[in-house]
Amino acid sequence: MAVDETMVVRVAKLARIRLADAEVAPLAHELNRILGWIDQLQAVDTEGVAPLDMVIPVRRAWRDDAVTDGNIQTDILANAPAAAHGFFAVPKVIE
Amino acid sequence: MTDLTALSLAEMQAGLRVRAFSAAELVGAHVAAAEAARPLNLFITEGFGAALDAAHAADAALAAGSAGPLAGIPIAIKDLFATRGVRTTAASRILDGFTPTYESTVTARLRDAGAISLGKLNLDEFAMGSSNETSAFGPVVSPVRAAGSADPLVPGGSSGGSSAAVAARVVAAATGTDTGGSIRQPAAFCGVAGIKPTYGRCSRWGIIAFASSLDQAGVLARSVTDCALMLEVMAGFDPKDSTSLDAPVPAWSASLSGDLRGRRIGIPREYRVEGMDPGLDALWQQGADWLRDAGAEIVEVSLPHTAQALPTYYIVAPAEASSNLARYDGVRFGLRVVPEGGALADMYEATRAAGFGPEVRRRIMIGTYVLSAGYYDAYYLKAQKVRALIARDFADAFASCDLLLTPTAPTGAFPLGARTADPIAMYLNDIFTVPSSLAGLPAMSVPAGTDSAGLPLGLQLIGRPLDEASVFDAALAIERRAPAIPPPQPWWR
Repeated sequence: MAVDETMVVRVAKLARIRLADAEVAPLAHELNRILGWIDQLQAVDTEGVAPLDMVIPVRRAWRDDAVTDGNIQTDILANAPAAAHGFFAVPKVIE
Repeated sequence: MTDLTALSLAEMQAGLRVRAFSAAELVGAHVAAAEAARPLNLFITEGFGAALDAAHAADAALAAGSAGPLAGIPIAIKDLFATRGVRTTAASRILDGFTPTYESTVTARLRDAGAISLGKLNLDEFAMGSSNETSAFGPVVSPVRAAGSADPLVPGGSSGGSSAAVAARVVAAATGTDTGGSIRQPAAFCGVAGIKPTYGRCSRWGIIAFASSLDQAGVLARSVTDCALMLEVMAGFDPKDSTSLDAPVPAWSASLSGDLRGRRIGIPREYRVEGMDPGLDALWQQGADWLRDAGAEIVEVSLPHTAQALPTYYIVAPAEASSNLARYDGVRFGLRVVPEGGALADMYEATRAAGFGPEVRRRIMIGTYVLSAGYYDAYYLKAQKVRALIARDFADAFASCDLLLTPTAPTGAFPLGARTADPIAMYLNDIFTVPSSLAGLPAMSVPAGTDSAGLPLGLQLIGRPLDEASVFDAALAIERRAPAIPPPQPWWR
C-alpha cells in the first residue's frame, strides 16, 4: 500500500500538522519505507484470532457515581496560552 | 569520609539509619556530582536547591523517627512525569511553559516515602526514541565510553537521562518509563539495572501518555536490590488509572534470594538474530550457565511470532500516540503559534508543526494513517490480532518454564549520530524488548558483561504477569555471578 504525496497531504491534514511543500516528498519516501517494512505483517495468518484489547485482564472497578473533585478552575486555566473571563481564549472560529 | 555517591541505595539507607552521614551530606554530595556532570546534559530542569532543602527536612524526620523508607535518598525523575509546580516538558517544545498543577501518582508515592528528587531528567521527545537524540533539549551524552576512545556515545533511550544519571553516580536511582524497551535498553547501554514491571503495576496517572496500552513506569538503579527498593514504593493500585492492577505489592526487596532451585528458565530460540554482537551470544550462554549454577533448569522454548513484534509495535504505538497527542493543539497548555491573521484551524496546524520534532511527527503521521478510514482493518486491527498471537506465544512458553532469559539489546551503545538517518535501524534496537511490552509482562535488564570495546551489555529476564519476584531473583543470581562492570571514569569533571 504505497503512500503518495496526495496521501501525505491528506494525513497531515487529518493530523492537523502543517507541512511546507518541500517536506511532502521526503515524508512520502520515509513513510513508504516504514510502512513497507510493516507490511510483512500481512503474511501472518490471523484467521479466527480475536484482536487483543487488554494485555493484563483487570476486573473493571465500579465506584459510586459521586462528584469527587472539581472547583479547580484556576488550576485548569493556569497553563492556558490565553484565558479570559474564566474561559480558554482562542482565535476567531467564524468569520 | 567515603565517597557518598559510590554507595548503593541500600547502603545509603543503612548509613542514614545509623547516622553515619546526614541526608544533607548525602544529597549535597549528589548535587555536587550533578553540577559537575552538566556536560552530559542529564537534566532538563534542575531542582538542586529544593533537594537540599528537602534533605534538611529528611534529617529532621530521621531524627524524629518519622522517616519514610526512602528518606533522604537522592533520585531524579524522567521528565515525562507531571510534577506539581515544576516545569514538565516531555522533552518537547510543544509543552513550552507547562507547569503542572498536580503530581503524578508514582512521583507522589516516592515523595511520600521520603525520596528526594534532584530534578527532571532528559529523554527522547515524548519517549519516542532509542538513543535520547530526539529530545528538543539536545541529546544526553553517555558517561560510558569505549576503551581508549573519547567519542561520545548515546545512553540509550528513551530513558537516557535516567540511565546516564544513575551510571554517572549523580543519583542513586531514577524513574523511567518503558513503552517498547525505554527502561531496559538504556539500562543495558549504561551498565545499570532497570525493570519494567507488569503493565498496570504502576499507575499511569500523571505520566504524559505515549501509547497507553504499552506505557509502564519503572526504575533504573545500580543494583537489583536497589530496583526492588524503589519499585515496591512506586507500585500499587490507583483508582485514578482504570488499567491499574488491584493486586497486593510484595516487599520484593525483603524476599530477594537469588536461589533458583526448582525454577525453569526458557531460552527462546527465535531471539538469535542477525546483526547481534558476536560476544553477545556467548554472554547469553554464560548467563544461562550462571542461572543453572543458581539452581535453575535451562530449557529451550519457542516464541514463533518474535519477528512480527516490531512491525506490530510500529502500528499499535504510533496509532495510540496519534490519538494521545491530539490534545496538543495550543488551546489549553503549552505552545501556541497563531499565523498572522490565522483562525482556529490555522492555529492548530501551525502550533503542531512548530511544536513536534521530526520523529514525533513521523509517528503521528503513521498512526493517523493506520487509523484512517479504509486502512484501519488492514493495519491496526491486523496488528492487534498479531499482538494476540505474540501474547499467546508467551503464555505457551510459560507452560514449560517460569522465566525467559534473552539479551536486552542486539549491541552495546553506539556513537551519537550513528543511527539518526535511518528510523528502521533505530527501531531495531528494541527487537528483544518490544515483544514482552506487547504482552504486558514484567521484564528486567541486568548488567552481565561487556563487548569487545568494553561497552556494557545487558541480559533480560521476562516473567509471568505479576511475577516480578522471580524476575528479581534471577536478575540477582546473574548480578552475583557476573563480573562487576567498573563505574565510568568521570571524564566530564
